[in-house]
Amino acid sequence: MPEQYTEERIAVLLRLLRPAPEGWVRAAQELPVARRTLDEIVARAEADVAFRAALIADLEQALQNAGYEPSERAFVELRRLYVDR
Amino acid sequence: MSSHSAVTDAELVQRCRAGDQDAWNELVERYSRYVYAIAVRGFRLSDEDAEDVFQDVFTRVYTRLDTLRDDSAFRPWIAQLTRRRCLDAISGGDRELPTEDVVVEEGSADMGEIEEAYAVREALAGLTDTCQDILDRFFAQDQSYRTIASELDIPSGTIASRIARCLGKLRDELEGRNPASGGSRE
Repeated sequence: MPEQYTEERIAVLLRLLRPAPEGWVRAAQELPVARRTLDEIVARAEADVAFRAALIADLEQALQNAGYEPSERAFVELRRLYVDR
Repeated sequence: MSSHSAVTDAELVQRCRAGDQDAWNELVERYSRYVYAIAVRGFRLSDEDAEDVFQDVFTRVYTRLDTLRDDSAFRPWIAQLTRRRCLDAISGGDRELPTEDVVVEEGSADMGEIEEAYAVREALAGLTDTCQDILDRFFAQDQSYRTIASELDIPSGTIASRIARCLGKLRDELEGRNPASGGSRE
């Protein structure tokens, strides 16, 4: 800690920690739900060969048909797992 | 407004491990500015890289929370995760740089300054909600007197004096936390 805080110094430090964009914060807060959805899809793909094949053939359509709405990052992860292998 | 409630980091971490969504929301809220500052002010990452780092850091926190040995050491842990991830972003992700390779650009904030800013935000939590709100809106969100007055429903002619008064209280709060500086008022 500095020996002395002037009000100018405090102002500089207050300016340093600006809010992160709201969308970033919201996406991070939704991570647990996103992870659960991702885990559920992966588990189902492992147990259901037809679902897995559908994911590989057309990821977006297969997810939509199955009623999943994964987050953008979860979608990227699924693409990595089933499309870009 | 405050991201520093009476709940400790260790308590939040424990509740997160138990699957408490509210605790996770609070942990993200509490550290979002810190992670953002390291990426954008400390490492001067572009918005695109900073967003990747930001989401990746919280993903790693969420998936690796069980590996944190000392729950009270959450802040150094997330700081380290963020610094490493920033270094990966700088190096193009093709190699992992050791932390010692960090080159802080001129004009960027160093980690010591970001830590100091974090301490100021913790002290801010000791002020009234109105003081916290006014100082945050004016300094961290660049809001004008008029906007602050309108959103908080207070006369705009009083904003400058309120800011000065709240800054004085914040300085007192900081000096109260740092007894060594108690007699060094300007």
